[in-house]
Amino acid sequence: MLRFVAKRLALAVPTLWAVLTLVFVLVRIVPGDPTIVILGDQASPAARAALRERLGLDQPLWSQYWDFMVQILHGDLGRSLVTNRPIITDVGAVLPFTIELTVAALVIGVVIGVPLGVMAARRRDGFADWFARIFSLAGLSFPAFVSGILLLICFAVQLRWFPVISTANASDPMERLRALVLPAFNLGLIMVAYVTRVTRSGMLKALGEDYIRTARAKGLPQRIVVWRHALRNVLIPIVTVIGLYLGVLIGNAVVTEIVFNRPGLGKLIVTALNQRDYALLQGLMVVSAFAIVVANILTDLTYGLVDPRVKTA
Amino acid sequence: MTFALDTAAPNAEAPPANALTVEGLTTSIRIAGRWFDAVRDVSFTVGPRETLALVGESGCGKSLTALSIMGLLPAAVGRVSAGRIVVDGVDMTAADEPAREAMRGDRIGMIFQEPMTSLNPVLPIGFQIAESLIQHRGLSKRDARKRVVELMELVRIPAAEERLDAYPHQFSGGMRQRVMIAMALACSPRVLIADEPTTALDVTIQAQVLALLADLQKQVGLAVLLITHNLGVVASVADRVMVMYGGDVVESAPMRSFFKAPTHPYSEALLNAMPRVDRATALAPIPGQVPTLPDMPAGCRFQSRCPLRVDKCAERPPLVPMASDPAHAVRCWVRAGA
Repeated sequence: MLRFVAKRLALAVPTLWAVLTLVFVLVRIVPGDPTIVILGDQASPAARAALRERLGLDQPLWSQYWDFMVQILHGDLGRSLVTNRPIITDVGAVLPFTIELTVAALVIGVVIGVPLGVMAARRRDGFADWFARIFSLAGLSFPAFVSGILLLICFAVQLRWFPVISTANASDPMERLRALVLPAFNLGLIMVAYVTRVTRSGMLKALGEDYIRTARAKGLPQRIVVWRHALRNVLIPIVTVIGLYLGVLIGNAVVTEIVFNRPGLGKLIVTALNQRDYALLQGLMVVSAFAIVVANILTDLTYGLVDPRVKTA
Repeated sequence: MTFALDTAAPNAEAPPANALTVEGLTTSIRIAGRWFDAVRDVSFTVGPRETLALVGESGCGKSLTALSIMGLLPAAVGRVSAGRIVVDGVDMTAADEPAREAMRGDRIGMIFQEPMTSLNPVLPIGFQIAESLIQHRGLSKRDARKRVVELMELVRIPAAEERLDAYPHQFSGGMRQRVMIAMALACSPRVLIADEPTTALDVTIQAQVLALLADLQKQVGLAVLLITHNLGVVASVADRVMVMYGGDVVESAPMRSFFKAPTHPYSEALLNAMPRVDRATALAPIPGQVPTLPDMPAGCRFQSRCPLRVDKCAERPPLVPMASDPAHAVRCWVRAGA
């Protein structure tokens, strides 16, 4: 198991390197002189040259690349061009909110999606199956900004169960939790849809396998046959889908955070875009890329837990 | 080494003479929305220590008969439409599902053709063997583990203790079939159904597994229903033979008299299609194929491929004992009279 973990971690190094290089290149091939973008076209050549020097843009490309990598390895993402605050501080302040939201959405996706998929497969073409299919189709068809607004109108404006304007910053943990429910459901909806679908189709296949017949031949009750023997095998595709979808989830969090007015990476990205803060954007790209790489490592490690065949492979 | 399988008959008050009794079993399967009888009016008994071989081509109803006995027919496409199945004195056809669950794995076990796919790939094999002990005998996980080591030694899996927590992919086909046997025998059942237990194995492993089954059968007094299409296997382990064709039992006989005098034209053809070292003649394949259920002829189901066909074959012949040997029964108008 330790060797397996070490191998996965070692594989992440070249991935991260490639992603960081891509970020570096992307920021530099964007057309236009960044100093004009930042200072405006009325700026004096002297001011622009000073800014170039400050940003290190007067250095040769390889030297910029080297500095960029060294900085990141030291956990330094540079300073915001607008506020001049260290980017890592700004990101660190909002990152917990995005993590909280993403993890809550993930939990909702699994806790609702897996049982729904299992019930649908057990009673194929029955009520649970139709419900699961319609629900997952709806979940996949609603864009996050539409479902978010619907949730707000229904549960916050009409029923007043949850706050309309996010209170995610509140110090009272109950209040913070209350503010999390609607955004988490909004973000989790698509997760539920994906997980339900993959669980249903996986279970339909698994329930026809020979080892299920063996389990029944042992006289195990249907409940154990379904939840232990079949579902354990379906965990493998479920983990795959969750892993693939985690990246999308991080992207979707942006929309959800804006609709619900929550602090988080999403709002920071929008701020950075509006203010043309390239340094902040670059820092946020690095953070998102890092998050996705970590999510992938976690997925691979989870494979090792749910599929005994992975360890020796 | 001592084996801990109980050898005493569990039903002390009225020990049933037959471990397994099947009377008039008819199993229907659904094809394109219509139900067809895929097993018709099958009756037999298997006593303790006895091996009954059920023989026939693919699709003749052997495996359906086994699944009917186990109560493992997929409900959407198969059902027992008539007959009685009595396992160790319990009428399985009258029992409800929980009662059948209590019998399966405890009083009656089954091993399957494909050891590669019949074990759950994500559960340790020790646990898979232990499950029925925990379920039926209420053993704790620790006690079950001890018993599992005994069972694995019983089926001659080397280094049993170290391999308790191994997974199926770490075992060869032959070893997996041993695991299946240990699993089926965990609760010391009275009846074992072995559905093509050696078909997927290498020839040398086949012989080992068959010898193991025969050994265990002697030790614990198991009644074995062996399903196979391999007449070589039948000759080496069976006491009696039942040949099925198109869902009908066409011949039923003690093993020796079957091989000495196969009577039904289909049995004859089966034997002629088997390679033998003591005969230099070319193999004689049976012409044609088993008709599909919707195309099954009325009357004798073998008539379309039968060299002895007469007009009377349009009527279904009964399974009747032969005059020369009452233990030998045949379902054929032409041969029954002979």
